[in-house]
Amino acid sequence: MMSLLDYFRTTKPRSASVAKERLQILVAHERSSRNQPSYLPQLQKELLDVIRKYVNVEQDAISVNFEQDEDQETLELNIVLPDHQAKHS
Amino acid sequence: MARIIVVTSGKGGVGKTTTSAAIAMGLAKKGHKTAVIDFDVGLRNLDLIMGCERRVVYDFINVINGEATLNQALIRDKHCNQLYILPASQTRDKDALSQEGVGKILEELSKDFKYIVCDSPAGIERGAHLAMYFADDAFVVTNPEVSSVRDSDRMLGILSSKSRRAEQNQEPIKEYLLLTRYSPERVKLGEMLSVDDVQEILSLHLLGVIPESKSVLNASNSGTPVILDEKSDAGQAYADIVARYLGEDRPHRFIDEKKGIFGKLFGGK
Repeated sequence: MMSLLDYFRTTKPRSASVAKERLQILVAHERSSRNQPSYLPQLQKELLDVIRKYVNVEQDAISVNFEQDEDQETLELNIVLPDHQAKHS
Repeated sequence: MARIIVVTSGKGGVGKTTTSAAIAMGLAKKGHKTAVIDFDVGLRNLDLIMGCERRVVYDFINVINGEATLNQALIRDKHCNQLYILPASQTRDKDALSQEGVGKILEELSKDFKYIVCDSPAGIERGAHLAMYFADDAFVVTNPEVSSVRDSDRMLGILSSKSRRAEQNQEPIKEYLLLTRYSPERVKLGEMLSVDDVQEILSLHLLGVIPESKSVLNASNSGTPVILDEKSDAGQAYADIVARYLGEDRPHRFIDEKKGIFGKLFGGK
């Protein structure tokens, strides 16, 4: 009887493992944004304004990433330029 | 000098006040003079859990404002003469709790007490901030449930960046995990996050697991900290936690399923 019950139990989706997976992703994401300096969103906005003076880029064309190692901080700036405007100027 | 412990969680309803009452009583019963402070201004409840609600005359904010002395506001526990309760104010506005005022009171208490337990309100507002700001140790109370684990992680971030120790570049607050309302049966069925899961996500030192227990509601009904119910599983779990915190080596209990009728009949012990 017990083994029969166990069989039905194992075929059910395990909600706990779903919970764990969701939490691991969420917590990792929240931790990385927690350690970012508070000026980052403003910096991103101002950079976007400057770039838009010269190139017509989308709102999400800029990503600013801040990473912290033991002994150094890295600010990574990524700008995606639109294809069709490359030959402009 | 007293050791200041904050009992915190971020999320409400996970067992902060139950835990504060239990561990404060546990420390006091071990012979350490202990004060337990309710930081939930406007929604005080520690007095009710400690069973001293009818003896509240002055509160935390009366003392901060100089309307009463600390000795007038502290309520001596009826079960243990080493334990004192400082109730929160019920009526005044939350801004009455100032960092300077809290700091002064904790400093004054530190001269006379061995442990000060700060029962934090839920959330991350002023009361919660001040409850953890001066802490040496943090008991992070967590339920094996997604929103509670997430909020605990958020609290850990605040503990490590917004506390006095963080601001003054001192040794960080020691953080401990207390997993409450744990149900080994549901963990076994894959319906609940396990101790290992929660520890893996939060990477926190486990101080103890409190099983889901009827004795907790019974204790709050009667206004006696559950640790005094020595026969109950939750009471024993809290007693273990206090002993571990004080440096005793006690194996973890209440993590595995209780033996059912067949286990009791055939499993020995």
